[in-house]
Amino acid sequence: MDTLRAAIESVGVLGPGLPDWPTTACVLRDSSPWARSATVLPQPIALAGAERRRTGAVVRLTLAVGLEATGRSEIDPAKLPTVFSSSSGDGQNCHEICATLASADRQLSPTRFHNSVHNAPAGYWGIATGATAAANSLCAHDASFGAGLLEAICQVNVERTHVLLIAYDTSYPEPMHSVRAIPDAFAVALLLAPARAAAALAHIELSLGDEPADHLQDAALEQLRAAVPAARSLPLLAHVARGTSGRVCIDYLDGASIALEVSRAPGS
Amino acid sequence: MSALALTSFTATSAIGRGLDATLASLRAQRSGLAPCRFESAAIETCVGEVAGVDEVTLPRELREFDCRNNRLAWLALAQDGFTAAVAQCVAQHGARRIGVFLGTSTSGILETEIAYRHRDSASGALPREFRYRGAHSTFSLAAFTKRALELAGPAAVISCACSSSAKVFASARRAIEAGLIDAAVVGGVDSLCLTTLYGFHALQLVARTPCRPFDAARDGISIGEAAAFALLERPAEDLDSAGVLLLGTGESSDAYHMSTPPPDGRGARAAMLQALDAAGLEPGDIGYINFHGTGTPSNDAAEGSAVASVLGKEIPGSSTKGATGHTLGAAGALEAVICALALKASLMPGGVNTTQVDPTVPVSYLRENRCVPLARVMSNSFGFGGSNCSLILALAG
Repeated sequence: MDTLRAAIESVGVLGPGLPDWPTTACVLRDSSPWARSATVLPQPIALAGAERRRTGAVVRLTLAVGLEATGRSEIDPAKLPTVFSSSSGDGQNCHEICATLASADRQLSPTRFHNSVHNAPAGYWGIATGATAAANSLCAHDASFGAGLLEAICQVNVERTHVLLIAYDTSYPEPMHSVRAIPDAFAVALLLAPARAAAALAHIELSLGDEPADHLQDAALEQLRAAVPAARSLPLLAHVARGTSGRVCIDYLDGASIALEVSRAPGS
Repeated sequence: MSALALTSFTATSAIGRGLDATLASLRAQRSGLAPCRFESAAIETCVGEVAGVDEVTLPRELREFDCRNNRLAWLALAQDGFTAAVAQCVAQHGARRIGVFLGTSTSGILETEIAYRHRDSASGALPREFRYRGAHSTFSLAAFTKRALELAGPAAVISCACSSSAKVFASARRAIEAGLIDAAVVGGVDSLCLTTLYGFHALQLVARTPCRPFDAARDGISIGEAAAFALLERPAEDLDSAGVLLLGTGESSDAYHMSTPPPDGRGARAAMLQALDAAGLEPGDIGYINFHGTGTPSNDAAEGSAVASVLGKEIPGSSTKGATGHTLGAAGALEAVICALALKASLMPGGVNTTQVDPTVPVSYLRENRCVPLARVMSNSFGFGGSNCSLILALAG
């Protein structure tokens, strides 16, 4: 396999007790305790009033992390291709649709229906930022972060372009929560660039393998990693936060894993 | 981009199970649309239902994936020697070197819709037999297909509404070009469910009579279901001149509205231009275009403007959705396979149901079949969220 490389230029994070990347980086460096509390989703002020009122949790979550990552870079989000990856769509919206269809009056709200597509966050991202490049939306159940990273790193290496990867998951209400227990909303945005000597938080070299995935030492954070597909990114983020070099393995499909050589300088 | 070969492909839709039946329907200009009798849907519309899906029984080892969508996938995988072609590819490259990239919009949600009617009256809990991972999960289609074909490479479901299974061709060719894999199973499967029937009805986008793409009196879509697959590989040096190649892919975003394209179709235009650029072709190199052509007033008008601005208004084109219905997340792959058939059979399929082509849309819409040799064709697929994808396919000769 050819070596797939990318630079991580900036990061955005939003999760339970993790309001942004600097706070998350402090927690992952063990320099401040994790004050776990429910994820707070900001109002999507990048959207105009009509659109803003139509958005659910997935749109607020993805806009927040995407804009945090691009805001920490020199890149204009309007020019960026994007990859959105999530194990499912908007859980609340899905529940409402299924409940309505099971009722005597099956009239669906048109907004609920168009928000039900898996690429709704990508659509609203385009409306909010004016991004007209390719946007991909994909999923791979619990391997969704890894699948999104593979798609993004292939774009970086083949198209020689920056790519914004946004991996996210939200929780379902009951009764779906009982069959798919994602505890809270979590999202990570990684602005990836072709590997070169430019300023970057970290450089990664990717290969597929079957080494066991790395776990986090902190039991509570490890629980978050294991419970939310997008949080499978946390071992990688820990390396980026600490500025350490080394090998990190991330959960992928059917016992396979994605191995990443993380370094401060490209190809070192 | 480097061209890839479609070394095997197949499609199952309302116009037929497998390639021979599909081509026979195209030649006869037969539509598979019929008044909706699906499940408990009470909507006055026509649908393109695939016969016999309910009767499909999955083998025991795949039973955990049982749902209408995966039964439809199983039905399609059994046609045209597709499974055998994949097995041969595994023997050549190894199961780990073959990826799976499939498009779907609703996956197995029909099972969830039905399960919601059978919630426990006291607790509201879903029935115990409900399976999230195997049926509901959007990824279930790729997990099922990967297991059914005994593959072990990377896999993803791409779910970008109605452009999903066109975009899988772009993701697969990047993964091959990046050296991550040597070959990929691509395709799309979407099956009838209440969410899409009632959802498009709520948006007032569903036609009562069989859809009439590009007709002056067009009034909406007819929903269909389909499964289509292709095996993408680097072309062999001795590739038959009748072999079909993927020459170009183009993807863009409208950044405009969730469910309506901009009237000038600029996002569609960008996708088509990018596909031409990737293929190293000029507009005049394209001999036929398979329109996205859903049959809604605004979609067809925007696409017509975009196509005219890129390929000129003389380019012969048609939408095959009058025959198959709009198969949503399967449409991109289904229409790519129809384009591959068109190339091999020297057939531009005429669009059925359309009686009077809209004079205000600048397209040369084919209502009758035209039997002429074709070298290169384009297929458009656009979806909610402003997701656009264009593919260019060609004969190797």
